[in-house]
Amino acid sequence: MNMIQAINSALDVCMTRDEAVVVLGEDVGYFGGVFRATAGLQKKHGKTRVFDTPINECGIIGVAVGMATYGLRPVPEIQFADYIYPGMDQLISEAARLRYRSAGEWTCPITVRSPFGGGIFGGQTHSQSPEGIFTHVAGLKTVIPSNPYDAKGLLIAAIEDPDPVLFFEPKRIYNGPFDGHYDRPVQPWSKHGSSEVPDGHYTVPLGKAAVVRAGEAVTVLCYGTMVHVALGVAAETGIDAEIIDLRTLVPLDIETITASVEKTGRCVIVHEATRTGGFGAELSAQVQERCFHHLEAPIERVTGWDTPYPHSLEWAYFPGPVRLTQALHRVLKD
Amino acid sequence: MADTAGRNTRPLALHVPEPRFRPGDAVSFDDLDLPAAGAVGRPPVDAAPAALRDYPYTLIRVLDPEGRAVGAWDPRLAPDRLVRMLRGMMLTRAYDDRMFRAQRQGKTSFYMKCTGEEAVAVAAAHALHRDDMCFPSYRQQGLLIARDWPLVDMMCQIYSNAGDRMKGRQLPVMYSSKEAGFFSISGNLATQYPQAVGWAMASAARGDTRIAAGWVGEGSTAEGDFHAACIFAAVYRAPVILNIVNNQWAISSFSGIAGAEATTFAARANGYGVAGLRVDGNDPLAVFAATEWAAERARGNHGPTIIEHFTYRVEAHSTSDDPSAYRPADEARAFPLGDPIERLKQHLILIGAWDEARHEALRAELVEQVRAAGREAEALGTLSGTAFNHGFETIFEDVFATMPPHLKEQSEQMAEERRVAGV
Repeated sequence: MNMIQAINSALDVCMTRDEAVVVLGEDVGYFGGVFRATAGLQKKHGKTRVFDTPINECGIIGVAVGMATYGLRPVPEIQFADYIYPGMDQLISEAARLRYRSAGEWTCPITVRSPFGGGIFGGQTHSQSPEGIFTHVAGLKTVIPSNPYDAKGLLIAAIEDPDPVLFFEPKRIYNGPFDGHYDRPVQPWSKHGSSEVPDGHYTVPLGKAAVVRAGEAVTVLCYGTMVHVALGVAAETGIDAEIIDLRTLVPLDIETITASVEKTGRCVIVHEATRTGGFGAELSAQVQERCFHHLEAPIERVTGWDTPYPHSLEWAYFPGPVRLTQALHRVLKD
Repeated sequence: MADTAGRNTRPLALHVPEPRFRPGDAVSFDDLDLPAAGAVGRPPVDAAPAALRDYPYTLIRVLDPEGRAVGAWDPRLAPDRLVRMLRGMMLTRAYDDRMFRAQRQGKTSFYMKCTGEEAVAVAAAHALHRDDMCFPSYRQQGLLIARDWPLVDMMCQIYSNAGDRMKGRQLPVMYSSKEAGFFSISGNLATQYPQAVGWAMASAARGDTRIAAGWVGEGSTAEGDFHAACIFAAVYRAPVILNIVNNQWAISSFSGIAGAEATTFAARANGYGVAGLRVDGNDPLAVFAATEWAAERARGNHGPTIIEHFTYRVEAHSTSDDPSAYRPADEARAFPLGDPIERLKQHLILIGAWDEARHEALRAELVEQVRAAGREAEALGTLSGTAFNHGFETIFEDVFATMPPHLKEQSEQMAEERRVAGV
């Protein structure tokens, strides 16, 4: 399966197992979503469980919160993460705090799915990585898969989770992994181990990172598309990097991170979002707080620039192999 | 400044609405267009929205100036039901009075009265089923009272004391009771409106028979959430009643700032192709009748209804507000729709089901009931008396269903900080 098929399978499995799971969003019904992630679900599960909505993200998320308080498990789709902002008050002030403000009397088990990230010539309105805005909010979980197996297992875990989860899907790797060189074709997932996705139910637990490449020289912290960029750079340069796919930003698997940095003594953080105040800043702070005496070089951040995502120059914005390789050489030179 | 020299056009002018009266002005509502009680017809509950488009521009009234119930909207309620409605409104007022005083005595930080608006919540609660779900704003305490929710529980919320089921996390008056079908109140305005629609959609999708109702103030109709709720309710014909409480004032901003000069709030319904009714919000029988009509419409799968309750906010917005700074002191008295409690009392006396002596006895009984509940609640602490009624470790509870490692770590850090500080 590719990642889209894996996400479709996760939704199908959850809808089949639990009548309470419903899918709503722009174009998700008859058409099956602009990325086809919900294809066939309406036909199979009916149009009161999978349905198209008005173009109103506040409504999509607000209605999902109401449905969750009724007892359903809504999985709203925001067609592009760039469009999540009109629904942010419902996420931040309502979904995230409902359990807390009512001391558990009301809960909000919604999973908001949204394709995010650039590298598809989406310009500044179809390329953003807003995860850092949401990881700053108490009460929300943020999940980002990097391969089809994890995408299905994490999405099922998110839908079954009793709390609100943001599930950001790296759309650049929907169809296959990508080493960061924009001029090379995307590899199909069928040639990749993690494309072996079971048909039935399984979960990948939230809050657990994966060491996707063992190494001794430097720890690379990454998620989503950047996992593949990091793997590509390690293969190209031969740098003995330990690459950690975070999978879940909140809750964060700090134990796996610190164990690795204590071993390697060096840390490079990679994400596609703008740098200032991004999730990389949080990772850097936590690594510094916990691993300072093990560090042999300053922590480096490899990120998108602090600009909007430019359409025609997106590959100059994208934190690709050159930017990451330079950072790795800098932290390894001492 | 734009250079208009040489252009033979008049400069544009920006209109900023102003209320008709400011402090010191003589108040007169004589030009308010108030149809007589009984003047508005009652359409069938399955009427198409297109046949209802005039209703948002008039005012449904049942009680005439003498207290008679007249016209097609008279819900013909039995006297004992009317007395229970009266009791609910009087209890709400007695409760408000005591909690307002408690705030002034420093026992809590904040309070909001609903004086003059008691019918909007209490009469609506009587027209809904007990298991219909309410998504209220912060001035519908009458819903809980009409559903016989314990006053002590409400007071404990206000005092953030040991009896507060919300563990002292919410601003006073932001109640929550799943059991009473009363959704947790948010301070962010109109957020509960799409949630009410979502709940109603879920109920319909599951083939349930329960409906939902939401409330916002007229000022909050300017929020995007209001319009999100309306479009979803219209598109899916959600079984929901969307109430707009037009009490004329959003803190110091009069209803014109939310668009009232151009149209009515009920008329927003026409743009969405849903039923819209505009009712005399100080007439408990009109509020009951409109709510009952909308509930029947929703239960029959004929779609949502937007109801504008035309009323007046007699008191300040909250204990933190001073309305004498922005409106005439006698404006509330001059408002021509009267007091909802007095109007229902007059009606009950007229039909021979009530008298002044019983009324006074009930008033005294309710004051005593509130006083007794107050003593019970205060025994569990007040915000000023025993400020920290909930264990400090509760700060970290309920953020998530299961406490993740970073919160456990922060919880331990706080415990250590308190140990070092010797508290």
